[in-house]
Amino acid sequence: MSERVPGENPPDRLYVLTGGRTEPATTRIELITIVVARSAPQLGDPPEWRRILNLCSSPMSVAELGAYLRWPVGPVAVLVEDLLKKQRVEARAPGPTAVLPDRALIQEVMDGLRATL
Amino acid sequence: MDSARRYEHEDGPDSGDRLPSTVEQSVKIWIGGGLGVGKTTFIASVSEIDPLSTEAAMTDLSLGLDDVTLVPDKVTTTVAFDFGRITLNKRLVLYLFGAPGQERFRFVWDDLLAGSLGAVVIVDTRRLDTSFEAIDFLESKGARFVVAVNSFEGAQRFPVEKIRPALALSDHVPIVNFDARNPSECSSVLLKLMEDLQTTLYPPTALPERP
Repeated sequence: MSERVPGENPPDRLYVLTGGRTEPATTRIELITIVVARSAPQLGDPPEWRRILNLCSSPMSVAELGAYLRWPVGPVAVLVEDLLKKQRVEARAPGPTAVLPDRALIQEVMDGLRATL
Repeated sequence: MDSARRYEHEDGPDSGDRLPSTVEQSVKIWIGGGLGVGKTTFIASVSEIDPLSTEAAMTDLSLGLDDVTLVPDKVTTTVAFDFGRITLNKRLVLYLFGAPGQERFRFVWDDLLAGSLGAVVIVDTRRLDTSFEAIDFLESKGARFVVAVNSFEGAQRFPVEKIRPALALSDHVPIVNFDARNPSECSSVLLKLMEDLQTTLYPPTALPERP
């Protein structure tokens, strides 16, 4: 079960927790970066961390985290970076960020789409 | 409707909406077009989960560092965007992001497009002009895209040869007719985009001549 914090005002608390950072400082974290918790929440974790760790008990994209937490994706990415640095989560890199996706990947997407027809 | 529900429960998705633990890679496709052309209908049709909505912010930092020092309060513009998901196989998942229709939200179009496989511009033949903006944007970015003509109920299917000049589209941009409410037809639109990407990036090599 995820932690509930009565009377919490996410945006203000988020602002404090992120120290006003609006995007990750050093890590490339994208909307479709898949985040997976490496361990369950621990005593003393901020509630925001606990909620992210609970949601990421199975793989979840940053965009989905934003939707379920109802936080803008910027602060979500900042907190994910914090958790990455503490080795509490792992990030599975998204597909092509370069201009050209490779041939095998295109084929894999096509095969997957054909299965939905 | 052209908006996805905001998620009401903070506990996260139902177990059926969770990704398999084996997922290791993600790709995305940009879905654009004017207001009310059927972006969210499209996403809802093909997505394996109910479309979700999340927010991106254009912070004052984007306006230029010099200005920030002059502004005592943090000025932030946010825009919500809808997205859906298709798990393609046990390791690969595809996300579909709906680019907010209004031009004033264009700042988020770039973020949503960056790193995507390509794009779909949905067109309503009753209001062709509402999708010009998205087409201009994608052309200016050199993005690969297909134009998907949404055949609303009762609307006649337009021949491609009439739509191309009306949208001033280059010859290489594929145009397909489809119904955004039909999941299979939406999948076909995405497939068309991927086929176009494949033949553009990796043209089939000529077969050697038979002796």
